[in-house]
Amino acid sequence: MRHLIDIKDLSVEEIKGLIDTANDIIENRAAYSEVCKGKKLATLFFEPSTRTRLSFEAAMWELGGSVLGFSSADASSTSKGESVTDTVRTVGCYADIIAMRHPKEGAPLLASLSSTVPIINAGDGGHSHPTQTLTDLLTIMREKGRLDNMTVALCGDLKFGRTVHSLISAMSFYDNVKFILISPEELKVPNYIRQDVLEKKNLEWYETDNMENALGEADVLYMTRVQRERFFNEADYLRLKDSFILDTEKMKYAKPDTTILHPLPRVNEISVKVDEDPRACYFKQVENGKFIRMALIMMLLGVTK
Amino acid sequence: MNVDGITTGVVLDHIQAGKSMEIYNYLHLDELDCCVAIIKNVKSTKLGRKDIIKIDAEMDLDLEVLGYLDPNITVNLVKDGKLIEKKHLKLPREVKNVIKCKNPRCVTTVEREVDHIFRLTSEEKGIYRCIYCESEAK
Repeated sequence: MRHLIDIKDLSVEEIKGLIDTANDIIENRAAYSEVCKGKKLATLFFEPSTRTRLSFEAAMWELGGSVLGFSSADASSTSKGESVTDTVRTVGCYADIIAMRHPKEGAPLLASLSSTVPIINAGDGGHSHPTQTLTDLLTIMREKGRLDNMTVALCGDLKFGRTVHSLISAMSFYDNVKFILISPEELKVPNYIRQDVLEKKNLEWYETDNMENALGEADVLYMTRVQRERFFNEADYLRLKDSFILDTEKMKYAKPDTTILHPLPRVNEISVKVDEDPRACYFKQVENGKFIRMALIMMLLGVTK
Repeated sequence: MNVDGITTGVVLDHIQAGKSMEIYNYLHLDELDCCVAIIKNVKSTKLGRKDIIKIDAEMDLDLEVLGYLDPNITVNLVKDGKLIEKKHLKLPREVKNVIKCKNPRCVTTVEREVDHIFRLTSEEKGIYRCIYCESEAK
């Protein structure tokens, strides 16, 4: 039985297969409308979410399956003290596949060790978010036509930004990808990304706090939000939250074909005016998220068109 | 200073100087009834200084724990006054419930009775990371 806990669980060939399937779904949606008929997806969201949960649910509905679950820890027996392990063993009696978001890092991995059905990590604390990464890869592929030979700049909270960690891990599989890491000192990438990915694979990368210079180099700019919920200290959040803001003035430094991505939700790190710029692709990302999750659900359930 | 040789038992040699008490505690040697000698700061051609622990009884040692604590230790098994086996340790691929994850955001801080498992991610630097949150063992 396969789970998706970390983007590294997938090979480059499997990622390509998922992107190919997602692209085929986009072109031939009707052909996939009943492939998961009779199957149930449980969405166990112990932490709030708009896009990820709804895109999982929309994905399963569009595949002809059905959905059950909860959208906050308060609405589950976790509030009574039930463990993650007991929760997934219980839900496995009702559903064929589980998408889980949890504020604690490693909760989906722990769940997968005792689950009787496939587990998809839909985000675990500040650790990792592999289905957002699949969404990002599909979007980059559709916008750029390639996943290799490019410079990717990542900006904002690179310490707790789980989507950043998963994206760097995934892009490190492809040839000639350079990373520019733009963040305040306190929110630099954690050591397990620095040592185990960037240094271990001898990748080309540098850290900077100069957003304008980085914009001139980037083929893809990946903006992230400074996440209030990851700070134990509110004062630190308030000090760091407006470190980098992308506005129409800064967009002048970007290449004519730079792809601007953001996993959303945004607060104020991208000015709303940037939305009108054709290089802004974050709402296309949202739509792509549903299609790649459809492809992933099919793969883990072992169903085909 | 002289410490008698043992007839039957275990000698942990080439312990990094100053680390013998940590090993003594991890192996729960305080719970043994037999004679245990801790010899600190012994001159060593290989290490400069080293510690040695002599245990005057046969016992099963957790070599994985020992390898994690100090992979340079040599384990000498002695029987009837003769060295019968010399074991060289290495860093184990994984250690279970030897160290605890200190990341307050890790699932191991809230889940009951969960095993704390750390995996070797860099052999050359000896770095172990929690399998759940990937924090480095401290």
